[in-house]
Amino acid sequence: MKRGDPQPLAHAPSAEVRREQEERLRKAWATPTGWRYWSEVNNTKVGLWYTVAACCFFLFGGVLALLMRIQLAVPDNDFLTAEQYNQVFTLHGSVMMFLFAVPIFEGFSILVLPQMLGARDLPFPRLSAFGFWCFLIGGTFVCGSIFFGAAPQGGWFMYPPLTTRYQSGVGVDIWLLGLSFIEIASIAAAVELIVGVVKCRAPGMRINLIPLYSWYILVVGGMILFAFPPLIAGDLLMEMERAFDWPFFDPARGGDPLLWQHLFWIFGHPEVYIVFLPSVALMAMIVPTFARTPMAGYSWVVLAAVGTGFLSFGLWVHHMFTTGLPGISIGIFSAASQAVAIPTGIQIFCFLATLMIGRVTRSVCLLFAFAGLATFVLGGLTGVMVAVAPFDFQAHDTYFVVGHLHYVLVGGTIFPIVAGFYYFFPLVGGKKLSEKLGRVAFWLMLVGFNVAFLPMHWTGLLGMPRRVFTYPANLGFDTLNMISTIGAFVLAAGFLVFVWDVVRPKKGQAISARNPWGGGTLEWLSEMPGEPWGVRSIPEIDSRYPLWDQPNFVRDVDEGRFYMPDAEEGMRETLVTTSIDARPIQCLRVPGPTFLTLYAAAFTGAVFIFSTYHWWMPAIVSGVLALGTIIIWLWTGTALIPEKSEKDVGLELALPIYTSGPDAVGWWAMFITMLGDMTAFMSLVFGYFFYWTIHEDFPPRDATGPGLLWPLAGGSLLLGGWLMTLLARRCNQQDRANAFYFAIGSAVVLSVVGSVALILGPWTTGLDPTSHVYPATVWILTGWTVFHVALGVIMQLYCAARRVAGRMTYRYDADIVNVALYWHFIALTVFITVAVIAGFPLVT
Amino acid sequence: MSAPSKVWPYIIGTLLLVAGDAGCDGPQSALAPAGRGAQDIATLFWRMVAAGSVIWLVMVVLGIYSVRTHADALGDRRRVRWLIIGGGSVIPTILLSVLLLTSLPMLPELLAPAPPGALRIEVRGKMWWWRVRYLTPDGESVELANEIRLPVGEPVEFQLASDDVIHAFWIPSLGGKVDMIPGRLTRLKLEPTKTGIYRGACAEYCGMSHALMNFDVVVMEKVEFAQWLDQQREPARTPSEPLAIRGQQLFIHNGCPACHTVRGTEATRVIGPDLTHVGSRHTLGAGILKNEPRQFVNWIAHPDDLKPGVKMPAFDMLPEEHLQAIAAYLETLQ
Repeated sequence: MKRGDPQPLAHAPSAEVRREQEERLRKAWATPTGWRYWSEVNNTKVGLWYTVAACCFFLFGGVLALLMRIQLAVPDNDFLTAEQYNQVFTLHGSVMMFLFAVPIFEGFSILVLPQMLGARDLPFPRLSAFGFWCFLIGGTFVCGSIFFGAAPQGGWFMYPPLTTRYQSGVGVDIWLLGLSFIEIASIAAAVELIVGVVKCRAPGMRINLIPLYSWYILVVGGMILFAFPPLIAGDLLMEMERAFDWPFFDPARGGDPLLWQHLFWIFGHPEVYIVFLPSVALMAMIVPTFARTPMAGYSWVVLAAVGTGFLSFGLWVHHMFTTGLPGISIGIFSAASQAVAIPTGIQIFCFLATLMIGRVTRSVCLLFAFAGLATFVLGGLTGVMVAVAPFDFQAHDTYFVVGHLHYVLVGGTIFPIVAGFYYFFPLVGGKKLSEKLGRVAFWLMLVGFNVAFLPMHWTGLLGMPRRVFTYPANLGFDTLNMISTIGAFVLAAGFLVFVWDVVRPKKGQAISARNPWGGGTLEWLSEMPGEPWGVRSIPEIDSRYPLWDQPNFVRDVDEGRFYMPDAEEGMRETLVTTSIDARPIQCLRVPGPTFLTLYAAAFTGAVFIFSTYHWWMPAIVSGVLALGTIIIWLWTGTALIPEKSEKDVGLELALPIYTSGPDAVGWWAMFITMLGDMTAFMSLVFGYFFYWTIHEDFPPRDATGPGLLWPLAGGSLLLGGWLMTLLARRCNQQDRANAFYFAIGSAVVLSVVGSVALILGPWTTGLDPTSHVYPATVWILTGWTVFHVALGVIMQLYCAARRVAGRMTYRYDADIVNVALYWHFIALTVFITVAVIAGFPLVT
Repeated sequence: MSAPSKVWPYIIGTLLLVAGDAGCDGPQSALAPAGRGAQDIATLFWRMVAAGSVIWLVMVVLGIYSVRTHADALGDRRRVRWLIIGGGSVIPTILLSVLLLTSLPMLPELLAPAPPGALRIEVRGKMWWWRVRYLTPDGESVELANEIRLPVGEPVEFQLASDDVIHAFWIPSLGGKVDMIPGRLTRLKLEPTKTGIYRGACAEYCGMSHALMNFDVVVMEKVEFAQWLDQQREPARTPSEPLAIRGQQLFIHNGCPACHTVRGTEATRVIGPDLTHVGSRHTLGAGILKNEPRQFVNWIAHPDDLKPGVKMPAFDMLPEEHLQAIAAYLETLQ
């Protein structure tokens, strides 16, 4: 340890004391039994449910894939009708991307992240639980639709105008609303994970000591934060067109189908890396363990991961090479797309270097990791090929791309995930999976996969387009398709063996040894089977692989010689540390089991589900219930004033229990969430300027805009509302109660009046959003702003109520501090909205 | 880790066998090029395959070596850094630069419009067929559907559009594809180099019967092409055989002209495909049926069975002999 760092206690507490400590910890972290089991919010349970649910959706998606392969096994097949096939392939893509690939990363990260960081839980356990229930409800709704023949059939990319004007069934709405709902849950989980990595690390775990998996979580969390909002904005535009005929994608009224493609692929391309990077992260944990040596080029890996994340946002146009773009854009995006091969190459070579340095222990785990690498490299090479625009002109939308993307996603995602299963499985139940069955599964999967997908490259270049429900004989596709089908079934058999290995009863099997693979990172502190508290005492870290490098580490942790070996008050607690150098700054009390999150998710889900069928009244009622439930949840579970201001966490350190501002996890969550929210808003603004670039005159010369008066009046009033909110925060800090109530009251009045004024702009000039895309964009920006102001008003009233109820004081002021932060973003939103709708027409 | 190294040769061997069996040929194959663009792209493809195979093999061998090699084989950390920087970044940068420098210069030629005076053809994607209009230099246009004939050795300018959803116009044997987007005009130049019959397809998913939206492409000698175009320009031939005459009457009586044009007759609507010379086409229903009387009868009676979701109503209430008469009439429209 570095000099000055706290040392573990020289002598362990007596056995008696330790038993009592364990008793209290166990009680605080115990999972409720019986039906109340489902009220648990702790990461070990929610993460597990999340992972299991994602795997179930994966199997469902796999069955859909087999149905497609049966249909395509022979030419002119009628196993499925065209309509059924189109539903199946749409759902296969959507399920794999939205219900498996992203959620399994998030669920699994929720499960292992705290242990990896030496925390007892993530900072917002109830948010994780809420996200899980949203995911389960939304996913079931979307998947269930196929049993009623009502599934979406627009492809996972949902291109308008096919989906806006030519598919009148409820399928598209199920996709838009069901998946938007899940995307919001995904963002919630991303916020949770980002704040977890930034604020809940073990003391001493400076940013250069963070386990690589956690680095990747940080990168991927950030990518989700910026990639999903454009899609949510797109979903909003498309649903407005479908439900209310606002013509965003209708060329007859100034709209353009390509706007959707831009928004979709600004999401869709980073999505590929969102799916791929977590699997690299798994490899980054597995490879060093089996090579028995620290990861080579740690900083290179981190930089490469960050670089991949950044670059992935600049490549989306390569999905649109055939839309008739000018050569210069094609060339730039072609080069940018290839550039992403470089950080990827660095990551792969870091793995190779690690394997070279180390003395490798063989295992099924490593087999899958190696197969993943070999498969992914091939997918990467074909990826470089399709990034070459001239070749893409031929390969685009053919089975070549189907082959390519499955090599990337199965090689880069599925195989590493299976490797991760074998690696981390003992952490969950204390027992290992079978090496023998693992080998059988491995060979079936590897051979099956290649037999299924390698020929597809060929099929595509022989001219077979994607998304065809059948093909005629004699075009040369017959044999190749039959081979692909056979391969798909061999692959499926491999998964069957694997699933059996996971679910088979293991009663007779011995409990695995602790740290069975000899890993060096904190999650391997876990006892077998794990205790509910996660980590017995929270250690001080000074190595990337503390279990390898720090002497007597496991003993010291186990004997409670580090921080927080006890739960004196019987509450669930974990440490909050600073974001860069991980100095402990707070003893965070995390909330325990509740059904509120389940109710909140159910009501929120009902809003989306009822809206799908245009049952507006039940949707509004559900919305009010959801809001009410969430307010009760916040009121009873967050920013609680502790019984004492500080707490002794051991090693002669006393930490505050309550913090606000940038030290607090809540502040970070608000900040990060609002970054995502701003991204969605900016996507709408992007839409406005996209129309400006494609039209000769936008806004149209003869169009009456919202005028100047009302937008300016509304904007000024709303900015006044923002300033009064800031004033309220200050008055609260100075403990001037009356001034606080006055300020917050004026903020509410100004915000409400300002919203009305903002609406009066387009209202008084009679802008009809169904007449042309211009009024529609004005209205959507106005509507977005007013909706956010309305939420802001609820927050202002909430703060006032908290102060009245004595739940917020001048010292315990997290509520108003976070609300003020929210209002900073609203002020920016208001400013941009007014500048665009009122200011921009003056410029053109 | 010897097992993976054992299985790859089998997989690659199988692939080669399959490839040998499937070959490169086919009327819709990008690997049997019959046009300049397709030829250039196929050459580029084979080069990339060769380079990619070498890179992949090197990576796999390197992987196997790295697993087998023992600790400290690399010696000090500096050599590790060189491996990571060199292998992960320098070599890929060089290879990718070479690739870009060889591939991007192809773009201007691939994207350039055909020279002035070249044949221009307007193609509009419909759910799920193709409206084809030859724009002749004299300002007139000749309309047909689901078939394109081209003179060999001449660049042709395609003007692409769509009236409903997004389609993509693709003749793999001749060159790359371009989307047809409602509200936009896109374009594509192709230059066939070999005579023959090829097949085009819609490459962008366009709804229920996306799979059944194809067309024939016939590349002909210039003289033959000119004759063919002249013949397509003519109004429809008046039937002379009794069955065909009866067929024409039934065609009109049953409301077919509500959607179809047969130039030179009272059928002038443009909702469905132009049928003026439908008898001369290679296939029916946008590349899904052989052009023979039997298939005309099938199509007219049950279009929705043959192409799910198609707009044309089924005429299965007509007696068989009426259907046969209409088929006979359409077959005479050469």
